[in-house]
Amino acid sequence: MKSGLVVVVEIVPDEFALDVARRVNDGNRFAGLFATSKRDGSTLLLALICDERLMTMVQTRLAPGEHSYPALTPLVPAASWYEREIHDLFGLEPVGHPRLDSLVLPLVQGEELRPRPGNGLTDLGALTPDSSPLLGHVAGEGVFTIPYGPVRSGVFESIEYLVETVGEDIVHLRSRVYHKHRGIERRFEDLGVNEGVLLAERVEGTVSIAHAMAYSQAVESMTSTELPKSALLVRVLHAELERIVNHLDTIIRHTEGASQAVGYARMSLHKERIMRLRSRICGHRFGRGVVVPGGVSGPLSCDAVEVLRDIEAINRSLTSDLVALMTTPSFLDRLRGTGILSDELVAAHGGLGPLARASGLEQDVRRVRPYGAYTFLDPKQISPPTTGDALARQWVRLEEIDQSFALIVEVLAQIKELPHGPWRVEIPVVDGLGLSWVEAPQGELLYLIEIESGRLVRVKPRCPSFHNLSLLPAAFNGDIFTDFVFIEASFGFSVAGVSG
Amino acid sequence: MAWILRGLRDGIVTTRYPRRSDGYQNGFRGAISVVEDSLGILSEGQGFRHDINQEPSISSLCPSGAIIANEDRISVDRGKCILCGRCVEARPDIFCFESSTEVASVSRKSLVVPSCIDDDESLPSLRSELAKKVRILRRSVHVRHVDAGSDGSEESEIWALTNPVYDVQRLGIFFTVTPRHADLLLVTGVGTAGMIEPLRNTYEAMPHPKIVIAVGTDAISGGLVHPNYATGGGIGDILHVDVWVPGSPPSPFSILHGILLGIGLLAGDNEAGNNKAGDNEAGNNKVRHNRAGSDSTRDAKFGATRRDD
Repeated sequence: MKSGLVVVVEIVPDEFALDVARRVNDGNRFAGLFATSKRDGSTLLLALICDERLMTMVQTRLAPGEHSYPALTPLVPAASWYEREIHDLFGLEPVGHPRLDSLVLPLVQGEELRPRPGNGLTDLGALTPDSSPLLGHVAGEGVFTIPYGPVRSGVFESIEYLVETVGEDIVHLRSRVYHKHRGIERRFEDLGVNEGVLLAERVEGTVSIAHAMAYSQAVESMTSTELPKSALLVRVLHAELERIVNHLDTIIRHTEGASQAVGYARMSLHKERIMRLRSRICGHRFGRGVVVPGGVSGPLSCDAVEVLRDIEAINRSLTSDLVALMTTPSFLDRLRGTGILSDELVAAHGGLGPLARASGLEQDVRRVRPYGAYTFLDPKQISPPTTGDALARQWVRLEEIDQSFALIVEVLAQIKELPHGPWRVEIPVVDGLGLSWVEAPQGELLYLIEIESGRLVRVKPRCPSFHNLSLLPAAFNGDIFTDFVFIEASFGFSVAGVSG
Repeated sequence: MAWILRGLRDGIVTTRYPRRSDGYQNGFRGAISVVEDSLGILSEGQGFRHDINQEPSISSLCPSGAIIANEDRISVDRGKCILCGRCVEARPDIFCFESSTEVASVSRKSLVVPSCIDDDESLPSLRSELAKKVRILRRSVHVRHVDAGSDGSEESEIWALTNPVYDVQRLGIFFTVTPRHADLLLVTGVGTAGMIEPLRNTYEAMPHPKIVIAVGTDAISGGLVHPNYATGGGIGDILHVDVWVPGSPPSPFSILHGILLGIGLLAGDNEAGNNKAGDNEAGNNKVRHNRAGSDSTRDAKFGATRRDD
């Protein structure tokens, strides 16, 4: 890895949890825990710890045949979902984990059948998940449970909730995400570097650009090749359009939940206009195929001046509608005080993206660890309210939409100066490990990539949705059933990114 | 009051599709085709025979295995194509983008273009079978969606059908919250092991007649995500599929075209492979009578449904 922002620390398995916990207690952010299966039968465990600018990779190696290690979760609660995921995919047991339920792949068979991404050896055939129903946690008079999902009212991605309630109040919420587990990490293995980016775009289909960027940057981080400025600018143009669309999507869900029929129509009209603009710029409504390792696939397919004109028109009419929406009491009432996440919890968990910013945690990767064109573009500082409720999260998104429009205008002005590229440089494929980060609309997206003899041996995308979603049950503090839709939407997560 | 005026601000933004073709509809990449000129060369056996032994071979250009290249023929299976355009980039003499969004078909086989003559024979029978099945629905259909392991983008495009631009309610198409009211099932995603049971349950809960539409390349063949330990190669192995809508993801126009095809509001002329300019008008006369699903139609339908059960 060439990047000077990453350091690697090697630790013995018994001290792994203690070392990670010490670093987190020193005020650093826990950014994730990953595992990789090696050809010799050993397993590499890797925790990412992040301070202001520096990423520390704490890693430990479990010898072949070693299937357990001291759990991290009792010391660092944010690691809970990661350890459950690792248990499902690798069959490793974190000793002392308080609740080791299956998360992405519940299996009834023996543990030798686990997919173990990384070794590329085991031929698994098909694995059948154990679909026995979720059981409630709460007991008492009048308590009943409502199973919700994976097939739900409306056009939603598959996720299952078990809502435990005594009538109106939601006492407890459990969720399961395994239904749509696609085993996408295993699918990356043995792909060529240039094919891998196509799969990366499909990990979370609604944020294809962020994934393609993070993937490409991880590949690029292994070499010292400099990318052309024009390519970096086109990447940012698409990334910011994607951010606006995803934030609008959240707002659309809110207006729908609050029965703001006209608001819904207006917001979805604006979204459609931006989708059409995206397809005019690159031929695809989600910008797929634009970002490739080494740059972008080509110039804008229409004139930058024309794009600028459209962007300004959309911005004007969208801003006017948003102002009206944010002064409509019947809409605001549904969001205000709904789904409050406390600052302490979000800080301890290392929350990401708009959700964290709404609870006072400044975690914008574009500003703290700038990458690509963000090194010379400066996303303006935002100062949203930090009350931690669904309304604050909505304000963050509104300010970010503003911020994105400003960035797009600047990028287009600069692209006009560089109309003829170059758009792509040849990236030498070198073996090694690459780590990259991107501020996706939902927060910090990480990619960890290992290349051996020119092929991918391990790709681990860490989607912000995965990290944030484990906070969802904590957002229900005295909230009632009708708040559910707003709390869920205000998290703005993508299920595909969570279930993998 | 302020909101009402706001709603009137941009005038009518709704597309007139399918009655008229839409300017945007053919404005971006909808499918991959084999260039007709190259077919001529191939049939004469010039150049291509040389190519097939060459590395990299033509079929290896496609990351999802959609190119079928044998001795005298190259075809593209749109049911496997993820529209990445790698083939067009490498061999623009053989492959090209087609901008049409009317790519859905009632036959899985006819997604392979250019189609073989033998495969086409099954098309009329499939069409008449479907027509018989949906005769009773005609003016109003209720749609249920199930995600069987998609990447999330298909949901976004399906939901776009409710925005004022597509506004499918004008065609008597409504999204319903329960499978008990649904006539039509839109399925997205590769068909993950975990979704087989919920998908079957949803299908079972629907009244007869039921139409199943596989939305997106993932749902048709598993796309790039398949093969894998957790995924099937599309949903065709789980349910009987009536209409196949390729695309990664298919655009709202493609999905709408698939739905209209499924409920018999398009003549066969609008189907993929038979798509000629100017056919739109002739093919869609029927639609004019299909606004506002009337209560009496709904009642008739439910009556019939009860008899079926």
